[in-house]
Amino acid sequence: PPAPPPPPPAPPFSFAPRRLRLGLQHPLFEDGDVHRHLYLQGVLSSLQEVAERPKVSEFSCHISGCSQVFDTLESYEHHYNTLHRNVCSFCKRSFPSGNLLDIHILEWHDSLFQIMAEKQNMYQCLVEGCTEKFKSSKDRKDHLLLSQDVKFCLCSGSKHTSSPTEQGSSVPMDVSVEMAEQFQVNPMETGPEENMEISQPAASPGPSLQEKRLYKSRIPSTICFGQGATRGFKGPRKKV
Amino acid sequence: MRLLGGQEVTCPAALRKARRQEQLVSKRLLREDNAAQDGADVVPDPLSEDEVLELLRGVQRGSEDRKRSLGRLRWALQNEETQQKFVRLDGSIRTLTGLFTSSLAELQLEAARCLHELSHSSVPAVAEACLPVTSYLLTYLSGHSLELTELCLYTLGNLVVESEAVRKQLLPQGIIPVLASCIQSPHEAVLEGVGYVLSQLLQAKEAPTEIIPLVLDSALPQHMLQLVCSGLKADMGAAVEFAWCLHYIICRHKDNVLLLALGAVPALTSLLLDLASQIPQDAPEGLELLVCPVLRCLSNLLAQPGCQGQDGRLLIALFLILQCFLQQHPFLVQECLWLLNNLTADDPFFCSALLCLDLLPALLQLLTCSQMATVLVLTVLCNVAEKGQLQCQQLLQQPLLAQLLPLLTLPDPEAVGQCLELLHLLFLHCPEAAADFTRQGGHQALEQHQSIPELQERAQALLDVVRQPPGAPSQATLGAFS
Repeated sequence: PPAPPPPPPAPPFSFAPRRLRLGLQHPLFEDGDVHRHLYLQGVLSSLQEVAERPKVSEFSCHISGCSQVFDTLESYEHHYNTLHRNVCSFCKRSFPSGNLLDIHILEWHDSLFQIMAEKQNMYQCLVEGCTEKFKSSKDRKDHLLLSQDVKFCLCSGSKHTSSPTEQGSSVPMDVSVEMAEQFQVNPMETGPEENMEISQPAASPGPSLQEKRLYKSRIPSTICFGQGATRGFKGPRKKV
Repeated sequence: MRLLGGQEVTCPAALRKARRQEQLVSKRLLREDNAAQDGADVVPDPLSEDEVLELLRGVQRGSEDRKRSLGRLRWALQNEETQQKFVRLDGSIRTLTGLFTSSLAELQLEAARCLHELSHSSVPAVAEACLPVTSYLLTYLSGHSLELTELCLYTLGNLVVESEAVRKQLLPQGIIPVLASCIQSPHEAVLEGVGYVLSQLLQAKEAPTEIIPLVLDSALPQHMLQLVCSGLKADMGAAVEFAWCLHYIICRHKDNVLLLALGAVPALTSLLLDLASQIPQDAPEGLELLVCPVLRCLSNLLAQPGCQGQDGRLLIALFLILQCFLQQHPFLVQECLWLLNNLTADDPFFCSALLCLDLLPALLQLLTCSQMATVLVLTVLCNVAEKGQLQCQQLLQQPLLAQLLPLLTLPDPEAVGQCLELLHLLFLHCPEAAADFTRQGGHQALEQHQSIPELQERAQALLDVVRQPPGAPSQATLGAFS
């Protein structure tokens, strides 16, 4: 029988229509990406809101008992949010966020908390994304310092002292920096000169007349977290 | 007028090279409009080590001068050399962090501006020195001060693109949920900032495994899509950022099921149609910054199996966009042509639409735009020709052959190769075209490629075809039918 005819040579043409998925670094994107880069690297001016922010003459905080005075809406807003928005109805301490307030109420004003804390880890990390819990406040503080890198208390206001009594009348302008050196657990982190530089309430010149007028009373002492005040175990949980 | 910071590199060739090496790091800078009277942004000269130390001491002291010192520090930190000296000083970042967490709004804001200047540095060590402050930046995103939030967002975005250590810290601290909540803000500036941070996160090398899944699990995708699609009426700045975010997700994610389920294809198609219809009258500045990522998103989505374009008007929109941006932003040509390829490759409907809507002349005009454009146009033409005899006949009527001939003399083998493929398809379906081709001198054009390795087989095969009398099958065409 005759041999089958040889198969025709394969055609050299290989085109087939094909949809293309291109990855992040594909050369086709090069020019467009450079354009995007140049756009980002251009300098933008600040928020329009800044320019439009109204300036008002001096006014004071309307919360009774608070006699702070302001000359910009922004500083007032900041003050209000930090000192008055999240206030504990039991002990009047104020907190920078609802989350911190909740934790405070649980740990300080819930009669079951201490009991449960003896059996299981109840002190939760203050950083909202972290789910870790600890058996003591100290362990939590260590965690904040070492794992979360939180050296500064995220509240504003009075000093973090171990004794419940309040300190003298001269209040440095920036209290949170002063708290830092007391919060430091790890002495390796700062040299002694550092501490002296920052906490100089006595040595530094007192606030000028201008500042005394604006901050008529001391920043209320009821703003701190976890330190210094007596705990109470009164009543059901309640939030302002 | 000097350029800001150390960002002297704006030469496109250098930037393209950096991009090819995956070293293109983009950062954004916010600065208040208190530049000099003549409008020039003058960067301060670098300070000496002593001067920087003096500034640091000035802000560490608790006195009324502190605010002024901080302002001077911020001014000085516009200089990259000063930045480097500052971060090397012991306790400098710690001091700034303390001021940043101050209860006094003005100090906090000024410290935030200092940190922002540092974040913008082109020196990696400076950005990395800011690692301790990132947790606090995240905390204040949920705050109430718009200006502070905006500063925090852009500062985080700058730090995130630079440093894996920063990203590693921020992700478990919940940056994605925080951004998911910030994206519901009504303030345009905040939205744009959120988009910026996200766009930087999504470009990280670990994004496909560590970041994109978190983003897709959150409420972010539907908000992003909605903000992109309302960009023309509302906030273009935010729309641009989120469009780039979507692009980074889509081109790096496996099958984009979620975005498809959210209706990304019809939504983005609709956006392009709106965009195209607006162009002749009232094109806003920077429209190409939105068009580019949207084209990419659509094109990549349509390349997925099972996904198909539905709206023929998209073709018209594409050509309107091409026409508008050809002069000023020629990079959009290749992006549009890529989308056109994905529309026409597997879809006879779009191939026919291309012909019926008389868009071929416009398409052929793009043949000589750039090397990449030539190859892409030829590929689209191949997509059409492959569909059959009717399509080939319509193509040939353009007249097509006359436009293809000059391409055979290009020095680019890829373009010539694609041209040969097209000729093969045309001769296959319309054998009489071979004779036309010869009449126009195609024979000689083919011969010059007989010695080029990647072209010679195909050139030879076509020469065989054109030498034959019309109608006689050649080896090549026989082979094509088997």
